[in-house]
Amino acid sequence: MLSPTDPIDPMIDIVDLCKRFTKGKETITIFDGLNLAIPRGDFVAVMGPSGSGKTTLLNLLGGIDRSDAGEIEVAGERLDRLSESELSRWRASHIGFIFQFYNLMPMLTAAQNVELPLLLTRLGRKERRQRVETALGVVGLADRVKHYPKEMSGGQQQRVAIARAIVSDPALLLCDEPTGDLDRTTADEVLSILQVLNRDLGKTIVMVTHDPAAAQYAKRSLHLDKGHFIEKELVA
Amino acid sequence: MNDLVLIRKNLFRRKLRAILMMVSILIAFAIFGVLASFERAFNAGQDRATPDRLVVLNKINFTQPLPISYYNRVAAIDGVAQITHFSWFGGYYQEPRNFIAAFAVDPENWMKLRDSDYVFAPEVRAAFIRERTGVLVGARMMEKWGWKVGDHIPISSSIWSQRSGSHAWDFIIVGSFTARIPQADTNVMLMGYDYFNETRSFGKDLINWLALRTTSVAANERVIDAIDGMFANSPYETTTDSEKAFNKAFAAQLGNVALIVELVVGAAFLTILMIVGNTMVMTVRERTREIGVLKTLGFSGGRILRMVLGESILLALLGGLPGLGVALLLITRVRDSLMSFVPTLSLYPDIAAAAVGLMVVFGIITGLVPALNAMRLNIVTALGRS
Repeated sequence: MLSPTDPIDPMIDIVDLCKRFTKGKETITIFDGLNLAIPRGDFVAVMGPSGSGKTTLLNLLGGIDRSDAGEIEVAGERLDRLSESELSRWRASHIGFIFQFYNLMPMLTAAQNVELPLLLTRLGRKERRQRVETALGVVGLADRVKHYPKEMSGGQQQRVAIARAIVSDPALLLCDEPTGDLDRTTADEVLSILQVLNRDLGKTIVMVTHDPAAAQYAKRSLHLDKGHFIEKELVA
Repeated sequence: MNDLVLIRKNLFRRKLRAILMMVSILIAFAIFGVLASFERAFNAGQDRATPDRLVVLNKINFTQPLPISYYNRVAAIDGVAQITHFSWFGGYYQEPRNFIAAFAVDPENWMKLRDSDYVFAPEVRAAFIRERTGVLVGARMMEKWGWKVGDHIPISSSIWSQRSGSHAWDFIIVGSFTARIPQADTNVMLMGYDYFNETRSFGKDLINWLALRTTSVAANERVIDAIDGMFANSPYETTTDSEKAFNKAFAAQLGNVALIVELVVGAAFLTILMIVGNTMVMTVRERTREIGVLKTLGFSGGRILRMVLGESILLALLGGLPGLGVALLLITRVRDSLMSFVPTLSLYPDIAAAAVGLMVVFGIITGLVPALNAMRLNIVTALGRS
């Protein structure tokens, strides 16, 4: 079990987390008493074999799945105490998600895809446009504003997805195999952007990956196996 | 961008499918617009009828005559406020296919009884009473044939003939009148009964029916009993009923139009509802992952529900409104040629408003199941993650 250092200002604080799935008559225990603390500004790579619970952990941290027991506090909010609608509002303002397969809306341009999370805010059209331009500028796609996903490469699409994740200025970015669908060079570009977001903009990042090379970009790696962290390795 | 843009973009992401669904809805609402307008036109008489107006007919059926002497006898019954009589002329202009809805009436009393339906200028009223060979022609009939006041027009009858053997009567148009209420038909001609009765070769002193207004609705039953009782066991027994029932029975000769409308529209709607509803379910199912992404970004279940419902309502409106346009076009094109049979045929604003309401209901019904599915969708399941 991981026994993390006691951060003064934790972004993530998990205590005795339990999560089970029922498959037919069988109950599968994913976590049974998991503990984890991640301070603000950290960049953590979560590695482990398939079925170890990496994605489930990410889902729980993002408030898109529910734990069965234990406490889970993210960005100062006890997620296990929030209703569905409260979780929706909380996700909109605190979390940026980056998926393996980008998950862009095919009928929307890059700018419109990035603007999606801002539809949940009270920002005016002009301010939304400025934020979209800034976010696309950060990922180096200021010249692809009006391009549709099918007109962009995989790397460009993933950069649009990163811009969408950061446009509402969330404190925590959750990345699920963000380079799993990219070649090495493009993956390095995407990971460099994440590194910049962590280093220069202070975003806390939790990245699930199978790729040791990708994990090298994180400040530290956590290895999950059978629902428990088995080691902690400082990378940077 | 806003939710409406998102809804529109979603709707047209598969253009051919969206267009085909819209065409289906267009056809349904074109049918609705046309048939509802026909139904309204056929039933215009019922809409116009007021509860204190009664009609006295021959008990056998309304094509059988009554003696003119009934006119004064019914007028004397306590509770009868106004009364007039009608005789069907069976007219046509120049050729038998140019049907003219013409009646021989008692001019003064007919105008009194119809004051609530039509507008009669004082000079027109006086001229129609004064001129024995004069006819009063409704505004739409004047317009249809290009007639004007003072014209001499030959009107033939497919039923009656003059003593000379001729089927044609020469009339002078002494005035015209307009409708006071939308349901009142002005594609009609009235002539003085006295002139008609004197010149026809047979059927003297007979009329087709009496129309009267009672002193109050409460007096109706008593007046009806008095009239039908007065002529019981006579050669010309009567049946007295409300004008609304009379008009309904008259319209029923054309078939149960309302039932036809309901069946045709109902069948079309049900079929299209199933097609569009099924397509909407498929459309939303195809977007399961995207809905999961939207929820992950923070879109609430309620907002997703509104967006899917908005999409189905937008689809219904984009198909339905042009459908109403097509109905309007069709009605405008056939109105002149059918004026003699359905003179008040028109796509009335309340029919259009009802159609728009129906579009919204249609949109809600077709979108409700996929919208609820989308609202309840579990994010983890939608993203294919576990």
